[in-house]
Amino acid sequence: MHRFANPGRFIRFANTLLPWCAGLTGVLIAAGLYLAFFVAPPDYQQGESVRIMYVHVPSAWMALFIYVSIAAASAVALIWRHPLADLAAKASAPIGAGFTFLALLTGALWGKPMWGTWWVWDARLTSVLVLFFLYLGHMAIMNAFEDPVRGFRAAAVLALVGFVNVPIIHFSVEWWSTLHQPSSVLRMGGPAIHPSMLWPLLVMALGFKFYYVTLLLLRVKSELLDARRRARTYATLDAA
Amino acid sequence: MEQIGEFFAMGGYGAFVWSAYGASALVLGWLWVSSLRRLRLLERDLAALGIAPPGGGRKGENVP
Repeated sequence: MHRFANPGRFIRFANTLLPWCAGLTGVLIAAGLYLAFFVAPPDYQQGESVRIMYVHVPSAWMALFIYVSIAAASAVALIWRHPLADLAAKASAPIGAGFTFLALLTGALWGKPMWGTWWVWDARLTSVLVLFFLYLGHMAIMNAFEDPVRGFRAAAVLALVGFVNVPIIHFSVEWWSTLHQPSSVLRMGGPAIHPSMLWPLLVMALGFKFYYVTLLLLRVKSELLDARRRARTYATLDAA
Repeated sequence: MEQIGEFFAMGGYGAFVWSAYGASALVLGWLWVSSLRRLRLLERDLAALGIAPPGGGRKGENVP
């Protein structure tokens, strides 16, 4: 892990992976969209509106996955002070915020025709809204300090403190009586949905995952280049 | 021809379905484009300042 603390080594690694990750992202999402619209059947109750599921659920999964990744990176940053960990957290937060926003928006677009409302303050929706605010808070606090190291540290603490929200989100549909339906995939006893719907879902989810990996590599690379640019700029000012 | 119409109508739910997919494309597309744009700007800035990027150029040349 510490081999990649060297910016040059990480960037060469990222440059090798990026074309493959980007390519896989495109292929998987294209395949997922084809499956979602031309292979998956309409639902016997929800008709064609069920197709919203193929962006709603993968977005929600990514919203949680990215937060867990940020929390892990934050722990690594605080405990081992690995320099890339802070950058990974910084790079990830906007992507996570984007997916959380999409989960909420596509959920509302699905909820209105099917459940009769754009929004309800049930445990699932409320806890995901809290997740969205945690992402925004993470981004804000990281940029709130003159000294970037303090910003990284504050954001890392926030990420870890907010981690309790993740199991709350997942178990919300079991612990409380919610309008949002219970888990149909990640549950004891295995998935409860038909393969014709499960496969498009999994392919889209995998496509979204590669999308995140691609952007993460790209954005961490940007952070490293930015750090190099700032360091050399200050060195020039110092010498002047 | 009617099949295309039916496809866009999505059984009456077209507005909801296409808004969902449209918003997803917009958000994910914008994140992708803005991330890529920032990277290009930084690479250009470093080149303009004559600083070799860590890891060398895109093809691995000029490793400092």
